[in-house]
Amino acid sequence: MPKDKKVESVKSDYSRREFFRTGATSALTGSLVAGAATSIAEAVKGELVGPTEVPVTLNINGRDYSLKIEPRVTLLDALRNHLDLTGSKRVCDRGTCGACTVLLDGEVVYACSLLAISLQGKKILTVEAVGTSDQMDPVQVAFVENDASQCGFCTPGFIVACKAVLDKCPEISKRDLKKGLGGNLCRCGTYAGIHDALADLIHEEVKDGRV
Amino acid sequence: MAEYKWPDFSKRSLISKKISRLDAPSKVSGEAKYSYDVNRPGMLFGGILRSPHAHARITKLDVSAALSMPSVKALRVIQDVGTEIKWEMDEIVSVAAVNENALYDALGAIRVEFEVLPHFVTEELKEKAPKSNPGEAQIIGRPEEALAESEVVMEGYYGLARVAHCCLESHGQVCEWEDDQHLIAWCSTQNVSGLPPQFAEALDIPAANVRVITPYMGGGFGSKFSVDRWGVECAQLARKAGVAVKMMLLRDAEIAIAGDRPSAYAKVKVGCTADGELTAWKSESWGSGGVSRAGNPPLPYVVQIPNIKKQHTAIPTHTGSARAWRAPNHPQGCLITMAAIEDTAAKIGMDPLELMLKNIHLTGRLASIYQQELNIGAKMIEWEHNWHPRGEGAGSGPVKYGLGLGIHTWGGRAHASNCEVVVYPDGGVEARIGSQDLGVGTGTIIALVLAETFGLGIKEVKVRMGDSRYPQSGPSGGSTTVGGVSSSTRRAALDALEKVLNVTAPALGVESGEQLEAWKGTIRVKEDPSRHIDWKRAAARIGPAPLTVMGRNPGPGSLNNSGVGGIQMAEVSVDTETGIVKIERFVAVQDCGLILNMKTARSQVFGAMIQGVAYALMEEKIMDPVTGKLLNPDMEFYKLPGLFDVGQLKVHMMTGPGYDDRGVIGLGEPPVISPGAAISNAVANAIGVRVPTLPLTPDRVLGALGKGV
Repeated sequence: MPKDKKVESVKSDYSRREFFRTGATSALTGSLVAGAATSIAEAVKGELVGPTEVPVTLNINGRDYSLKIEPRVTLLDALRNHLDLTGSKRVCDRGTCGACTVLLDGEVVYACSLLAISLQGKKILTVEAVGTSDQMDPVQVAFVENDASQCGFCTPGFIVACKAVLDKCPEISKRDLKKGLGGNLCRCGTYAGIHDALADLIHEEVKDGRV
Repeated sequence: MAEYKWPDFSKRSLISKKISRLDAPSKVSGEAKYSYDVNRPGMLFGGILRSPHAHARITKLDVSAALSMPSVKALRVIQDVGTEIKWEMDEIVSVAAVNENALYDALGAIRVEFEVLPHFVTEELKEKAPKSNPGEAQIIGRPEEALAESEVVMEGYYGLARVAHCCLESHGQVCEWEDDQHLIAWCSTQNVSGLPPQFAEALDIPAANVRVITPYMGGGFGSKFSVDRWGVECAQLARKAGVAVKMMLLRDAEIAIAGDRPSAYAKVKVGCTADGELTAWKSESWGSGGVSRAGNPPLPYVVQIPNIKKQHTAIPTHTGSARAWRAPNHPQGCLITMAAIEDTAAKIGMDPLELMLKNIHLTGRLASIYQQELNIGAKMIEWEHNWHPRGEGAGSGPVKYGLGLGIHTWGGRAHASNCEVVVYPDGGVEARIGSQDLGVGTGTIIALVLAETFGLGIKEVKVRMGDSRYPQSGPSGGSTTVGGVSSSTRRAALDALEKVLNVTAPALGVESGEQLEAWKGTIRVKEDPSRHIDWKRAAARIGPAPLTVMGRNPGPGSLNNSGVGGIQMAEVSVDTETGIVKIERFVAVQDCGLILNMKTARSQVFGAMIQGVAYALMEEKIMDPVTGKLLNPDMEFYKLPGLFDVGQLKVHMMTGPGYDDRGVIGLGEPPVISPGAAISNAVANAIGVRVPTLPLTPDRVLGALGKGV
C-alpha cells in the first residue's frame, strides 16, 4: 500500500500518557479532546490527521501490515483487534504490568501506551517473533522447563522483556536481568520459576528459589 | 473388575515425577488463545456504562444519542430510572459497537442522572455502620470462667483489609449465536460444565443449546464461577446484533467488582497458663463482603482451644459482592488466631514454636503431621538459631529481623467428575472431560494419569477439555479439581485398559487379561515380561470401532481423600525508619496426600506464598469514605509484588508413607492461608510490637511504632 503522505509526515512520538497530559493542561480553555487536538496540531505544524480512520503501515515481525485505523488506536489494540496478533495481552492497559511488552526498534516498550500511528517506519517485534511452540527460543525453553508460567497471561510479556535484555547484554548478572524484568507483573506467583529460568539462561548452577 | 488404585511407587513412570506442563510451549510463544484473544468474523465490542456512585437512585436516563450513532449495533438498558444502585460500578447500560473507540464514544454519550444516597464503605469502623447483622454467640465449654481462672490473659486486635482477585485475564467472554436458539460462548471461567444452565436460564433457551468453551484461562482464584450479568448482557447484545460480541471487563471494574475477598477484624482474648497451655478463647469479629453477607472466619483456627466464646457480625457495605477467594475464610481465621497465639507467647516470654508444639494436640487428627512439618520447617529456616524474644534481635541499627509462623488446613475433597476415555484402533488414546485448566496444570495431570495407566509417554496421549460438550466435570474451586479429574480419568483408563488386556490375552498365550500389564509402550505378561506385544498391536485387537469408556468420581476404590495440614515460617526485615517490610526467607512445608506432578505441585505452593506476600504486604482495596469510591482500581495503586519483592522461598512437600497412600488431595488453597499470619508474626517479632491489620504497609508499621503521622 502506498504510504499516506500526511501520515508519513507525523514525526513526533505521542504516547497515550502524553496525549492525556496535554489534554488535561489544555482542558481549562476547551474540551479535553479539542485541547489535545490543539497540542497535536502544534506538534505536527498544522498537519492534522483523523479523527476518522486513516491508512497506517506498521512493520511487525519483519512484515509490513497496512491498516485503516483511527489515530487514537493504541499499538496493542492494533495488534490484537486489527491484526489478530494476540500474544501481547491487555491487562492493566496503562503501562504498569508489562503483559503487552513488545520491542520498538529493539527497545522494550508497553504496546498499550503507544499510538499505532506514531510508529510508522519503526520495527516492531512481538512475542510471536521470538519463537513458536515447535521451535522455541532458549528463553522460552527455560520458562517451560522451570515451570515459569501458570495461567500464562503475563508470560509473553516476560518472554519479550527477558529476550530483549539478554540479546542486549549476554553477560548480564542475574540481579540486573531481574531488574530488566522489573516492569512485568505476574498474579499467579510464578516468580520462583522465573528465577530458576533466569538462572538457566545465565548458566548459573544454584537454583535455590531465591526470587 | 479392574482394581481402582494408584500404581505402587516402583511401578510409576510419571506420577510424582517433575513433569513440565504440556501447554507451556503454547503460552510462552503467545500461541495460546484465551477467551480475551478470540476474534470472530464481524465481531463487535461490548461494554457497560457503570455507576459512578456507591449508593444512588437513577433519576434520568437518556440513551438516544448513543442509539443514533451508526457504529452502535445494539444497546440494552440494564437498570432503568427509579432503580436503586447499591455499589459503585454497578451495571446500568450495555452497548455493542463496531470497535472499542466507538464503544467508548457511545458509552460517553449516554446521559444518566442520579439522586445520590448515603453510603457506607469502611467497615473496619464498625460502630459507624448504619446496618449490621450480628450473629449468635457460639460457646464451647466454660469460656468466661476459664478466662477468669487463666493465669495469663492476652488481649489483641487483628484484621485484614478486603483484597481483589485481580485476574490478569479480566472476567468476560465472546458470545456468538449459531441461530436464534443456539449460543456459543468463549468464557474466562472456572466452571465450563456449569455455565450452560446459567446462560440458558437467563436467555430462556434450553441448556443443551449452549456451548461454553474455555481454551485457556488467565486466572480465576475463585472469582469466576458465575455467568455474571456481563455474560448475559454479552449474549443478549450478540443476539440483538446478529454477530459475535466480545465483552471483557476493563481493569477498573475487574478490581472493583469482579473480585473481592471479605475483610475480617477481631477483638480477641486468649487465656493460658503461665507455662503456655492454651485454655480459653474469646473473640468478637466482624467483616464485610459488600452487599452480600461476608464469610464468617473459623475462629480459633485449627487450634481447638478447649473453652471458646465467639461472635461474628456481618457489616453490609455499598460495594460489590464478595467472591470466593482461594481458601475462603481461612486466611482471615488463620491471621487472627495465629497472631493472637503469637502475642500470647510473647506475653509469657515463650518461643511461639515451643508454645505451638506444646498445644499441638489441640489441632486434632492432623497433630502428628503438623508436628513433623513444624520440625522440618524449623530446620529449613534455622529457627533455633535465628529466633529471639520479641524486639530483641541483634544489632542496633534501624533494620530489625524477626521470625514468625502459621499453620493451616484445608479439605480439598475431589469433586464430581466424568471423564470419557477413547482408545482408537491405531493405538491413539484420548480423554474428554468438561473440566478447565486455570493455570494449575490440570490438563497435564489428566494426560499423565492417562499415560501412566496405559504405559505410554505423556505426549502420546491427548486431552480434550475446556468445552461443555465433553462429559460434565465439576467447577474448579476449593482445591477439588485435581482429585476429581485424576480419579475419573484413572477409573475410565483402567476400565479401558482392562478391555484391551482381555482381547490381548490370547495373543500372548495367557488365559485372562489379569495376567497382563501395560508397560512402556507394550502389553506384557506380568510373570514373564519377555512375552510382550507392542501397544499399537494390542489396541488394534479391539476391532474397527474405537473403544469408549466413561469413568466417574465419586466411584469405587480409594483414589482420593481430604484434609491436609501445612505450616509456614517467614523471616522478615523491617526498616524502623521507613516502615518498609522485606521478606528475607519464607518456607512452606505442605502435605497434599499423593502428589501427581511434583513440578506443578511445587509451583502451586510457590505461587500461593507469593500471593500471600502480596496480601500480607501490599494488597488492599482502599475505599474513600467521602465519595464511596474505590481509590485504587488500577495496577499502579492496587499493588502486586514484582520479582524483587518476595524474598527467598523454599518449599518442602511431604511425601512417602503416611502421605502418598492417602490418595490425591487438593493443593490450591492450603498454602495461601498461612502467609499473612507468618509474616505478621515475623514483623511483630522483629519490631517488638504488633501491627494489627494487613497489609503491613509502611504507614501501618510506622503507626504501630508510634511514628505515624
